[in-house]
Amino acid sequence: MSSRIPIVPESTEPLPGLGENTGLLSWVASIDHKQIGIMYLIGTLIYFVIGGLEALMIRTQLAKPGSELLSPEMYNQLFTMHGTTMIFFVVMPFLIGVGVYLVPLMIGARDMAFPRLNALSFWLFAFGGVLLYYSFFTQSGAPDVGWFAYAPLSEKPFSLNNGPTYWALGLLVSGIGSLISGLNNVVTILTMRTPGMTMRRLPLFVWMMLVTSFLLVFVIPIITSAFVMLLLDRLLGATFFTPAFGGSAILWQHFFWGFGHPEVYILVLPAFGIVSEVIPVFSRKPIYGYEFVAGSTVAIGLLSLGVWAHHMFAVGLGNVANAYFSLASMLIAIPTGIKVLNWVSTMWGGRINFAVPMLFATAFIIEFVVGGLSGVAIASVPIDWVVTDSYFIVAHFHYTIFGGSLFAIFAGVYYWFPKFTGRMMSETLGKWHFWLTVVGFNMTFFIQHFLGVMGMPRRTYTYHDMPYWGSMNLISTIGAFIIALSVLVFIWNIIVSLRKGEPAGDNPWKAWTLEWATTSPPPVYNFKLVPPVRGRRPLWDLAHPDSPDEPDAKIVTEGPNG
Amino acid sequence: MANNRMMIKFFIASESIFFLMLILAYVNFHNSVTTGPTAKSSLDPYVTGIFSLFLLASSFTVWLAGKSLKNRNRSGLKLWLFATIVLGAVFIFGQAREWFGLFGRGITISSNVFGSTFFTLTGFHGFHVCVGLVMLSVLLGLTLAGDFKGPKSDAVECVSLYWHFVDGVWIVVFSVIYLWAFL
Ligand SMILES: [Cu+2]
Repeated sequence: MSSRIPIVPESTEPLPGLGENTGLLSWVASIDHKQIGIMYLIGTLIYFVIGGLEALMIRTQLAKPGSELLSPEMYNQLFTMHGTTMIFFVVMPFLIGVGVYLVPLMIGARDMAFPRLNALSFWLFAFGGVLLYYSFFTQSGAPDVGWFAYAPLSEKPFSLNNGPTYWALGLLVSGIGSLISGLNNVVTILTMRTPGMTMRRLPLFVWMMLVTSFLLVFVIPIITSAFVMLLLDRLLGATFFTPAFGGSAILWQHFFWGFGHPEVYILVLPAFGIVSEVIPVFSRKPIYGYEFVAGSTVAIGLLSLGVWAHHMFAVGLGNVANAYFSLASMLIAIPTGIKVLNWVSTMWGGRINFAVPMLFATAFIIEFVVGGLSGVAIASVPIDWVVTDSYFIVAHFHYTIFGGSLFAIFAGVYYWFPKFTGRMMSETLGKWHFWLTVVGFNMTFFIQHFLGVMGMPRRTYTYHDMPYWGSMNLISTIGAFIIALSVLVFIWNIIVSLRKGEPAGDNPWKAWTLEWATTSPPPVYNFKLVPPVRGRRPLWDLAHPDSPDEPDAKIVTEGPNG
Repeated sequence: MANNRMMIKFFIASESIFFLMLILAYVNFHNSVTTGPTAKSSLDPYVTGIFSLFLLASSFTVWLAGKSLKNRNRSGLKLWLFATIVLGAVFIFGQAREWFGLFGRGITISSNVFGSTFFTLTGFHGFHVCVGLVMLSVLLGLTLAGDFKGPKSDAVECVSLYWHFVDGVWIVVFSVIYLWAFL
């Protein structure tokens, strides 16, 4: 480096981080990727509890027909905030946060490429959520127009309160945080890898984070522009999305889903990554078809950019457009199916250890396939016309985001908790958590497929006493309370394990990726010495010098970028 | 470091999508204005065209600034950075003049879809020019204070890339708004 910018001095001293000072300031001021990662995880846990309480209130209201427990206005606020919170302030930041913690460790780096930007991303996420939730304390109440805020409902004449303004502002702020995080990840993964860590040896979780980060870089600006236009409409009287004044409500839908569909892959690709790390370790086999897992992820990322209007079949875009978007959406089933085959083949013939991470990963495959199958069904236009805006859709996306992403997230928490904290989580409590989650989740959502087919519309605060609807909804509500119980067990497990969990040691699962080569929790500087990387499983090669994965590989001392 | 330059390139890619969406919104409404001002009825392509030349010229001067840095020509660097700032400022002055002219005739962001898309698109572009001017001023200040001895500097190269990008966006915006309406 021949010149430097004096106003941003390169740090010559170690960055503030773990171990130096455990006071609050060392967290707030931290630019250490591990501390920021932990703060992401704590933040998402808080939002998860809030979003979960909102869901419980929704399900309590729906427990019996004709219930008047909540006012329609309150109900609208609750489902809007539940969806927005779970997507933008739980699943997405959890995956970003766990990535921030793990990616540098997995590629043998000291930190992210831009540690300060990393901290900025986190604080934008945290304060974006505060901005969104502040709306509850205003006179107008929280946003109440659904998580996709269709125009013109979200526009001035129809929403005179400030809810949608807070919604757009909060998401705008946290979205910019996610975008910066995506940029940071891309540069980190492409330039900071340790010598020998070629793209073909990259852990699959890192591959998934890379594709996700590219999606963030290219689709967050889509929704940012839409938020800007919505805010200009609401605050300065612009007319982008108001048909009464010459604007176009459909344009909002195109812009929203142009982002919204890739967003679901942002929510699930890192989850695929977690599962692709957990399954091989607990099957004691390398992943089956590494290239196919990585390649199919890239395919999903690209395909996801061209299928948004499958959310708009009911709009009336015409048969040609509908046919294209239907077929293109179904194509995504191919790369996704490839992954499922990879995971199953990895387990096939392995010595499977059904510890809690593996239980969640296995359940993930099953639940996600259910969500994928209902997804293929509603990618078909005539089926979508029948079930759109019904509980069938609610069931579908909960199977993908809860049964998919969240199950994988739980797998990841149990898997990496020892690395994060130095202590094991309790297996007994973990198994209770797992079984309660499986029972509660399927009880809540499977029956909603039938409710949807029977015609129960989503987003209505109460319903008439149609045959079976009352009892089916009651079953769903009981399931929701079982999920709540499982979350209590989960949080209890975290608290207990933090205080008296068994010491984990460096590598309790006998895993093979680099994050397990350092101590638990890792020191501020991550690695004393990064082990040589000459295969996809550096720690396997280290432990079995006689039978390395790539016997012909040379030890590289010069990194891919010098 | 390669990091900084890679970062700014991906950032520019991301920003391109942002502007693409604003341009798409403009294009979407180009033919759907039924009442109120349109590009044809309210804009002056010649005046804006002339001010656009200043922005185009500033891309050239920022390139010269980079060349001076490479040749360790510090007075050249100072001169061309200063010239870039002046040219960019003239462009912004032209845009402000145009905007206030429109306001004077009662044409605002809330007039109709033309107003909404026109002011949003040119406004965000102008905002990016202003951010660029701030960064160029910081570079100039640091150069005057003795930094950037050459032959390389990530800061200068990144700001220069950003400035070319802002310039390129304007070529598209000018084509879509002015040339489309008047050619
Ligand atoms: Cu979709």
